[in-house]
Amino acid sequence: MAGNVLEVKDLKMYYFTSRGAVKAVDNLTFELKKGEVLGLAGESGCGKSSLGFTLMGMPTPPGKIVGGSIKIDGREIVGLPDDVLRKEVRWQKISMIFQGAMNALNPVYTIGYQMIEPLIYHKGMNKEEALDRAMKYLELVGLAPEIVYRYPHELSGGMKQRVVIATALLLDPEIVIADEPTTALDVVVQAQIINLMKKLKKELGLSMIFITHDLSILAEVSDRVAIMYAGKIVEIGDSEKIYYEPAHPYTQKLLGAIPRLHEDVERLEFIPGQPPNLITPPSGCRFHPRCPYAMQQCKEQVPELKEIEKDHYAACWLL
Amino acid sequence: MAEPVLKVENLKKYFPIKRGLLAGLRGESQRFVRAVDGINFEVHNQEVFALVGESGCGKTTTGKLVMKLLEPTDGRIHLEGQDVTELKTQEEIKAYRKKVQMVYQDPFSSMNPRFRIYDVLEEPLLIHGIGETKAEREELIYKALEMVKIVPPEDYIGRHPHMLSGGQRQRVAIARSLILNPTFIVADEPVSMLDVSIRAEVLELMKELKERMGVTYLYITHDLSTARYFADHIAVMYLGRIVEMGPAKVVIDNPIHPYTRALLAAVPEPIPERRNIIKELPIKGEVPNAANIPPGCRFHPRCLYMERGLCDTKHPQLIEYEHEHWVECWLAGKI
Repeated sequence: MAGNVLEVKDLKMYYFTSRGAVKAVDNLTFELKKGEVLGLAGESGCGKSSLGFTLMGMPTPPGKIVGGSIKIDGREIVGLPDDVLRKEVRWQKISMIFQGAMNALNPVYTIGYQMIEPLIYHKGMNKEEALDRAMKYLELVGLAPEIVYRYPHELSGGMKQRVVIATALLLDPEIVIADEPTTALDVVVQAQIINLMKKLKKELGLSMIFITHDLSILAEVSDRVAIMYAGKIVEIGDSEKIYYEPAHPYTQKLLGAIPRLHEDVERLEFIPGQPPNLITPPSGCRFHPRCPYAMQQCKEQVPELKEIEKDHYAACWLL
Repeated sequence: MAEPVLKVENLKKYFPIKRGLLAGLRGESQRFVRAVDGINFEVHNQEVFALVGESGCGKTTTGKLVMKLLEPTDGRIHLEGQDVTELKTQEEIKAYRKKVQMVYQDPFSSMNPRFRIYDVLEEPLLIHGIGETKAEREELIYKALEMVKIVPPEDYIGRHPHMLSGGQRQRVAIARSLILNPTFIVADEPVSMLDVSIRAEVLELMKELKERMGVTYLYITHDLSTARYFADHIAVMYLGRIVEMGPAKVVIDNPIHPYTRALLAAVPEPIPERRNIIKELPIKGEVPNAANIPPGCRFHPRCLYMERGLCDTKHPQLIEYEHEHWVECWLAGKI
């Protein structure tokens, strides 16, 4: 389809542990349009970070892609040898802003040293050219270029997060995956980073997958939202649809669990029980043990994502 | 109005900064981090009082002072009329701790991993000599677990903490704090490490227990949305001072202090239409180091409305701006 920078089809990534295969990403199909921010939400352990690493072609061991396809700009990357992935795909085509900027930087090297490494390796630049470009990108994310000479401990949390964002953008990737880019930041700094992401989206036309468990943050940036539960996408659609007309019971419950800043909420909703074990996930719909509307069919048959209205898909037998 | 359960007066905690031998020889004066710098507040019976602020604002230090885990540099803390700062002997402190309990942020590290849930809950009973026989203690432990909806308790008492989910563990932590039947609970970010759906469950539980058990909470958080939901009163802290305080809805819907306004503007909300709008954040710069507090109003270097000659030189006091709504700002009502 035209206009898609990323097409994922039937993607499966399992972690092979001694207790059995953990089906962290199980049969995912979605696409990312050019210039769009797709928000990916779900509780811890639903597979959203695993998906991020899988799209980078580097599932965390003992994880392995066991099936499906990932096409970036039409090129299939599943099955590519690791050196090709490293040279031609990772950071060039698709890059990642990691969770916890505090730990993503090496404390014994200057910021500049860490930033120029991919430029020298991928673009064959010399040190001066690379440093020049690093400084340009630091300015783009709202930092003083002189920061290249500083060490991570000299920067605040928000500044470090900006450095990590600049590094992810250095090679002009088509797609950026932002994995919880604002967790562990204070609320004012978090809002500044969200503003920065909005600005970059507008100015650079970035296509982005934004991963977080926080639906409030997600609403601030996403054009479309996908809700994951137990390794599967249960609902995907335009942000307005997901937030105002959620179709899947899981999405409805998640939204009901958020306290609102300017509204009186009598009672917050919560979902009894806990997310399932992904080695032996529940039969049928994986949400059925926690779903208040579960029927016999939900226990027996796996619901597929179906289009309930234009561009709005949900996987639930009730619809 | 009835006497408050907790009354904090001019509370201060300064931490000395370690200085080198050379600095000592040169006669440089001792410097301090002024973590809590003269705060006053009252918490009434069966109320939830939220201390809200960013990291380093002194909210956790305040909680620790109330728990008597730290000794204040100056000021008084009264619990049910009793001067807590005067408690000196082991027995007095032990009796105090029976009345005041704490729930910590991280349910993964606040429990001994080698203890079974039974041991986790029995420990406070043994320390305080409650329950003569094992059967009596067991009864109390079962009751506490049922209260936090860890049911049936028989299924859980033999487990170790790692065998529970984060939400269950936090509920056990709450059970542990309630088992001594305290009057006051200091809850330091009790839900910030939990998933959304579980967070709601724990908040609901704490709310229900407030009514059923008649406990009063000091709720320490960085999250204004949960503070509005859970708390009756909110105090906003900045660099060791309370800059605004009042009923939760008043502070959130009608903030007066520029810092409170900035904090509120920064809170993300689940409203997708705003996704392409770059939010105006009425604040500049970053939080200064608490060892180097700016003169005058300590917020002035970051304030957009700062008036030279006033805000940068003279220290404002917390004044009652309107009924029960306190603000520490020279320009309160003018901006």
